[in-house]
Amino acid sequence: MTLDAHIPSGPIEQAWDKARFEMKLVNPANKRKHTILVVGSGLAGASAAASLGELGYKVRCFCFQDSPRRAHSIAAQGGINAAKNYQNDGDSIFRLFYDTVKGGDFRAREANVYRLAENSLKIIDQCVAQGVPFAREYGGMLTNRSFGGAQVSRTFYARGQTGQQLLLGAYQALERQVHAGTVTMIPRTEMLDLIVVDGQARGIVTRNLVTGELDVYFGDAVVLATGGYGNVYYLSTNAKGSNATAIWRAHKRGALFANPCFTQIHPTCIPVSGDYQSKLTLMSESLRNDGRIWVPKQKGDKRPPSQIPEDERDYYLERRYPSFGNLVPRDVASRNAKAVCDEGRGVGETGLGVYLDFGDAINRLGEHVIRERYGNLFDMYQRITDENPYKVPMRIYPAIHYTMGGLWVDYHLQSTIPGLFVAGEANFSDHGANRLGASALMQGLSDGYFIIPYTVGNYIATHKFAKVDESSSEVKSAVAGVEQTIDKLLSIKGKRTVDSFHRELGKIVWDECGMSRTAQGLEKAIGQIRALREEFWQNVTVPGSGDDLNQSLEKAGRVADFFELGELMCIDARERNESCGGHFREEYQTTDGEAKRDDEHYSYAAAWGYGGADGKPMLTKEPLEFHYVHPSQRSYK
Amino acid sequence: MKLTLKIWRQKGPSDKGKFITYQLNDVNPEMSMLECLDVLNESLIERGEEPVAFEHDCREGICGSCGFMINGVAHGPLPATTVCQLTMRHFKDGQQLVIEPWRAAAFPLLKDLVVDRRAFDRIIEAGGFVSVSTGNAPDGNTIPVGKEIADRAMDAAACIGCGACVAACPNASAALFTGAKISHLGLLPQGKPEQDRRALGMVAQMNTEPFGSCTNIGECTGVCPKEIPLEVIAHMNRDFWQASWKEREDLVQTIAPVTSWSNKTKTKS
Ligand SMILES: Cc1cc2nc3c(=O)[nH]c(=O)nc-3n(C[C@H](O)[C@H](O)[C@H](O)COP(=O)(O)OP(=O)(O)OC[C@H]3O[C@@H](n4cnc5c(N)ncnc54)[C@H](O)[C@@H]3O)c2cc1C
Ligand code: FES
Repeated sequence: MTLDAHIPSGPIEQAWDKARFEMKLVNPANKRKHTILVVGSGLAGASAAASLGELGYKVRCFCFQDSPRRAHSIAAQGGINAAKNYQNDGDSIFRLFYDTVKGGDFRAREANVYRLAENSLKIIDQCVAQGVPFAREYGGMLTNRSFGGAQVSRTFYARGQTGQQLLLGAYQALERQVHAGTVTMIPRTEMLDLIVVDGQARGIVTRNLVTGELDVYFGDAVVLATGGYGNVYYLSTNAKGSNATAIWRAHKRGALFANPCFTQIHPTCIPVSGDYQSKLTLMSESLRNDGRIWVPKQKGDKRPPSQIPEDERDYYLERRYPSFGNLVPRDVASRNAKAVCDEGRGVGETGLGVYLDFGDAINRLGEHVIRERYGNLFDMYQRITDENPYKVPMRIYPAIHYTMGGLWVDYHLQSTIPGLFVAGEANFSDHGANRLGASALMQGLSDGYFIIPYTVGNYIATHKFAKVDESSSEVKSAVAGVEQTIDKLLSIKGKRTVDSFHRELGKIVWDECGMSRTAQGLEKAIGQIRALREEFWQNVTVPGSGDDLNQSLEKAGRVADFFELGELMCIDARERNESCGGHFREEYQTTDGEAKRDDEHYSYAAAWGYGGADGKPMLTKEPLEFHYVHPSQRSYK
Repeated sequence: MKLTLKIWRQKGPSDKGKFITYQLNDVNPEMSMLECLDVLNESLIERGEEPVAFEHDCREGICGSCGFMINGVAHGPLPATTVCQLTMRHFKDGQQLVIEPWRAAAFPLLKDLVVDRRAFDRIIEAGGFVSVSTGNAPDGNTIPVGKEIADRAMDAAACIGCGACVAACPNASAALFTGAKISHLGLLPQGKPEQDRRALGMVAQMNTEPFGSCTNIGECTGVCPKEIPLEVIAHMNRDFWQASWKEREDLVQTIAPVTSWSNKTKTKS
């Protein structure tokens, strides 16, 4: 198989204009004759569904929560990037493009990233017009903060609740279309399979999470905007319900999965405190604007932080990376935190923590300024840890946060199955091997507001749609497959709970396919995952029945998919014999411990085809070419 | 620590529910309330029983999924805290916690602690937006918005739609929720052009759903995990009356906003 990314020829600055001009349009009167299924109501899904509805398509939008407003995007704290250059500090579309390609360690597609940077300007305008209450200066103008991996201030924010406000903007636009009758919202519904007829994505099989009923929905195109798969690791900063089921089942139907091992570990999360722990809490990267990260110089120094004098502290990021300091990208910050903890200099009871200290900032700016900037984050920290971060430095440790990998898509965000589009964190498109802070919200909205409405239209205008209904064999077999899986899960009646399996899987993947990886460790992990998966299918217990609200059953289906995806992540990581971004293979590092890429052999996106339950996944490579940003050893020194 | 949990169990919407008491002997004070339920559920599943159904997703106090009454208080005793962020150290060893779902006619019960809050979405659908289609927007700095206004709008926009306000209100009124959206958008210049339509539409929808009326008791803001101020209700009432006055020619009755009257306003808009 060869992959054609359909990147327009010619200068990158004109690529998107050119692509849009070449797209075929659907006559306005015909749009309502086409149904589009949008799975997911996060930033990507809600914005796509609303915009498609505004254009006049008949849209059905699905989410598993009780309301579209609860999608995981709601939890994003820090902000959203845009190359507005309102601060007059030298930002431009090209600089945002450059920073993102470099931040992704040269493993993203240039043309996609350039378009993302272009669209960033319109996103802010759109959100402001919707009533998103971004932070303002006294003069009434929009204000910015800085995020990692950039030396300009281009991050727009709404206190520590940027994701919430952006999502509510998109949700309100969606509800407006529900009112207008163009969008039907179908909440508490989980997509469990994709229906492919004559090679085209034509529908989905869903389960109503309240009644247990299985339904089939047909459409002329399907958009998956179902978020990331960080919950493979069990403990992550993702919402508990975040899952890979929709993209994984589409993968099994033929959509290639790209770069599964590119996962992001966020450096500033509240450390794990016990076995009962169900999730990890992020402390926004924006805190690194004013907080200084340090550990004691001495190993095993158990003194409270206030008693460790200045000259016995190691501000290791400022020391090692003087030009970016505490604002180095996430992969670099996380790895350094792990390194100092591995040396035995970690803090807190478990030794798995570093300090994030606001003492200097409070002395310089006053407590009220810090409260104004981060008040709700400080409150959250105190609520969870019972410590007052205005007085005692925060303790933080890296945790899994985001997945750059996802379904492979071309420039049109179309997967390898015609008619199946993928938006937001669910695709692999823009962040390469490491995502810069405040760029996921940007990508979700760029995909949903400004790309999907065009590219889906082009697909509809250039394809024919034969009639499909329940009687076709593809539909029958998809429904039967879903039924079988559910029956199987309910009938095993073993001894272990779904969570106990999930926890164990998470630990394997975290240990061997987390912050640092080795060929040997990955090999071991693959064996362990296979064995555990086998045990799962023999010994899991799922109480209750399939025909009412059954949260254990929902979880079981998701964890079953995590097993398969977790294995593919390890295979992908083992196959990539280089270090890049968040993928750090211990065997491949520079003398001072930085990630060492191998551009000669690994400058490609790894797109995997499903290899059957115990088969071998097939690798197809999409070579990456860099015409505008020359690949170099990433340096933040 | 040890805790006794007395939890409302109900198999489905039409079943009769009842309280069942569970004893937990090994509660870590650092756990959240939901993690405590996780531990209970794990032990129930291992015994072959159905776990307690409760809603949750972000576990960071922002998605608004979680919520139930603890000893009669929505989201429990800690101010400005959802149950997912409520740690057990705030309870005493040996304490009994009575846990029950939101109780309101507008939130029909689905199972155990899970209720249906779609009425909230319908209120937003009735006008809780700015009518600006994708691609229509001018530059974000075209219209300056004073910092104080932006901050006040943000205070109102912080609502997470959890439903605690309704559950806590003796009238089961949705005034705080509805008022929060009306204030958020009404304060901003971008939301001004539709201020009247929005207030009329949303209030009408609120009255169509089986929520009660607001009698300014203030329980709602007391339990609100985001501390949405009571003044949003005043804002809603002001916008509603102003809009009604402007459109008085079309109105038949001039009594308090009740269903029949408001419905007329709704079909008009
Ligand atoms: C704590 C936290 C903080 C963050 N902060 C920032 C930040 O400051 N800046 C930034 O840029 N990024 C941030 N991110 C990342 C960013 O929030 C996410 O990448 C982004 O919001 C993902 O949006 P999405 O629309 O792709 O998916 P999501 O918001 O995850 O939405 C997924 C949707 O799909 C639905 N769904 C999933 N599976 C199914 C199924 N099988 N059937 C039906 N529906 C399904 C869900 O119901 C939901 O509606 C943060 C992430 C976390 C975890
Ligand atoms: S689980 Fe999201 S607010 Fe509690």
